[in-house]
Amino acid sequence: MSSILSLTMLAETIRIAAPYACAAVGGIWAERSGVIQIGLEGVLLSSAFASVAFAHATGSAPIGLLGGVLVGAILSVAHAVLVERARVHAVISGIALNLFAFAATRMLLRGLFDSSSNSPGIEGFRVGPTGSSGAALLARVLLDPVTIAAVVAIAVTPYVLSRTRFGLRARACGENPQAAASVGLNVSRIRYMALAISGAICALGGVHLAFDQHRFESGMSNGRGFMALAAVVVAGWRAGYAVLACLVFGALEALQIVLQRTLRQTFGGELIQLLPYVVTLAVLAFAAGRSAAPQGLGKRADD
Amino acid sequence: MSPNVRAALLRAYPAALALAGILLALNLISFGFGQAPIDTLRRAFEGTWGTPYGVGQVLFKASPLILTGLAFHVAFRAGLFNIGAEGQLALASLTGAVVAAKLPAGTPAPIALFAALSAAMLAGILAASVPTLLRARRGVHEIISFIMMNRIAEILVPWVLVAGLGAAALRTADVVPGAALPRLDTVIPSLRGSAASAAFPIAVAVAFGVHELLQRTRAGREMRWVGLNPDACRAEGIDVRRRLVQAGLLSGALAASAMLATVLGYKGYFELGLGAGAGWTGIAVALLGRGRPLGIVLAAILFGTLEQAGLSINAVVPKDAMTVLQAVAILLVAIANNAPGATAAAADSSAPPPTAASKAAPAPADEGEGGASSEPDAAPEAKA
Repeated sequence: MSSILSLTMLAETIRIAAPYACAAVGGIWAERSGVIQIGLEGVLLSSAFASVAFAHATGSAPIGLLGGVLVGAILSVAHAVLVERARVHAVISGIALNLFAFAATRMLLRGLFDSSSNSPGIEGFRVGPTGSSGAALLARVLLDPVTIAAVVAIAVTPYVLSRTRFGLRARACGENPQAAASVGLNVSRIRYMALAISGAICALGGVHLAFDQHRFESGMSNGRGFMALAAVVVAGWRAGYAVLACLVFGALEALQIVLQRTLRQTFGGELIQLLPYVVTLAVLAFAAGRSAAPQGLGKRADD
Repeated sequence: MSPNVRAALLRAYPAALALAGILLALNLISFGFGQAPIDTLRRAFEGTWGTPYGVGQVLFKASPLILTGLAFHVAFRAGLFNIGAEGQLALASLTGAVVAAKLPAGTPAPIALFAALSAAMLAGILAASVPTLLRARRGVHEIISFIMMNRIAEILVPWVLVAGLGAAALRTADVVPGAALPRLDTVIPSLRGSAASAAFPIAVAVAFGVHELLQRTRAGREMRWVGLNPDACRAEGIDVRRRLVQAGLLSGALAASAMLATVLGYKGYFELGLGAGAGWTGIAVALLGRGRPLGIVLAAILFGTLEQAGLSINAVVPKDAMTVLQAVAILLVAIANNAPGATAAAADSSAPPPTAASKAAPAPADEGEGGASSEPDAAPEAKA
């Protein structure tokens, strides 16, 4: 029991939940502005790769962080441009984005690092006390610059969306793009900006993932983008609840790590991973998630 | 320019754009890897259409794509976005392989094939039924629920292999001999060594069969109308829910049948990852094929060529480059399908009820447009 209620457990939960939470909040930025974004997985993966590539080339972790965030934002805006300007269905564009990210990172892994599985190690940020005590682990997790950037971005999101002019405009585009356009808003441009923010925040998750492992591994996002999507739906497109759901995912995974020996052997221990998806289906079935979706999701101003 | 010529050109435009994009991207990638583009192209050609073996391999790679492409197409025409073929195929391959391995060793081929395929289809239908019923009964948009089902399959399949079957090698037992589909090289000896099986002609026949079903039967016509305008269908007394569910379940069964090519026609057992990616590529096949049976077969052959070419260039350019090209092709086809000219050519569509934007359906309105843009392609041909 003491191993469950420990600082180690808390630190592991935050460390594991960070990429989920970033992707979920990125998803909320995209979808609250009315753009369906199932390409979060691809953004996570490409930004993880880009951060390692930049950090490896320059030997600087901050440049790696910036490079990762930049690539995430660019891909996310590209998705929005395809949807808004080229009128590609957002689901098709999202699938293409995921496919592209998976294949392109593998291709570049071979091109840049001559490996089919992982990049060479990178330093990343090394901040905080050394040692393996729970307190030291927690301090390292909390002092990590990527975590701090993620926490700040996540914390200001509800405020920006509900209190600032830009946030309200983005939500207007998400709820009713025609009405937003009729009062003179440039719906497409607002959506591009919202998607840039979405991509940047989601990318923080990808950078976190790569820096945490101190290298890039092929397919390392491993479905986290889809899990984040589930969190968004279960949370009814509200950032606070989505982050809470991600912390629960994180705690479940941390529990599996902390209790590895006892739990892994148990018949069906792996099936805990099914929980988020089954819960999401149940929430969808019993109406809670249905009416909560932004009303203008997937609609254009000129439909 | 006569209207017919113009329509034909507009119809060829997405394919031309996709091909041009694929060639350009391949050149750029080869260049990036320090290879002469022409050399990469030569390798790609030699590994695919250059030898009878290569041709056989292309047909083998194309076979499951025809079926997953049809799966997406059928659901799409009814206004249902089945992006769950990946999970449906994985669960179906596992189920079909397990059933085919448990049959008595001497089971005659027709019975063994029927049992394996029915079991697989049942699994595919079950997997497709959750999102389909949620959409039809509770108005839940299917995108998220299909993604959830894909993830569930992705976790469930290895778990069943390890925990349920105790398979250390992450594969099932061999299927009984009766359940193995004959290879094409028994009929065409020059294809020797390639994995092309009877699944290819079966898939082609299914493509034309599905087309006939959609064009000539009442159920098929009503499915298409439901996709175009559910409100008008409801007003006409068509049971919208029933047609939607039928299309969704048929789609699941078609995705499941792709295991003919991978499990029964190739490996003779199921292993983790067999057939992976066919569900996603099927979406591209359906988009490029634009709802015509020959179009879907040709699109599947194109993507099958890319997959096989990836293996033959892998020594100089990573095979993943070919998946990058697939993503490029998906986007270019989607862009071309939505070009103003393409929709204008679609406006002279005849059969279906009025095409006002659907408001009540939770599906985005442009799904109807997407269906409408491929409508005239099929209708005149059916009359001819």
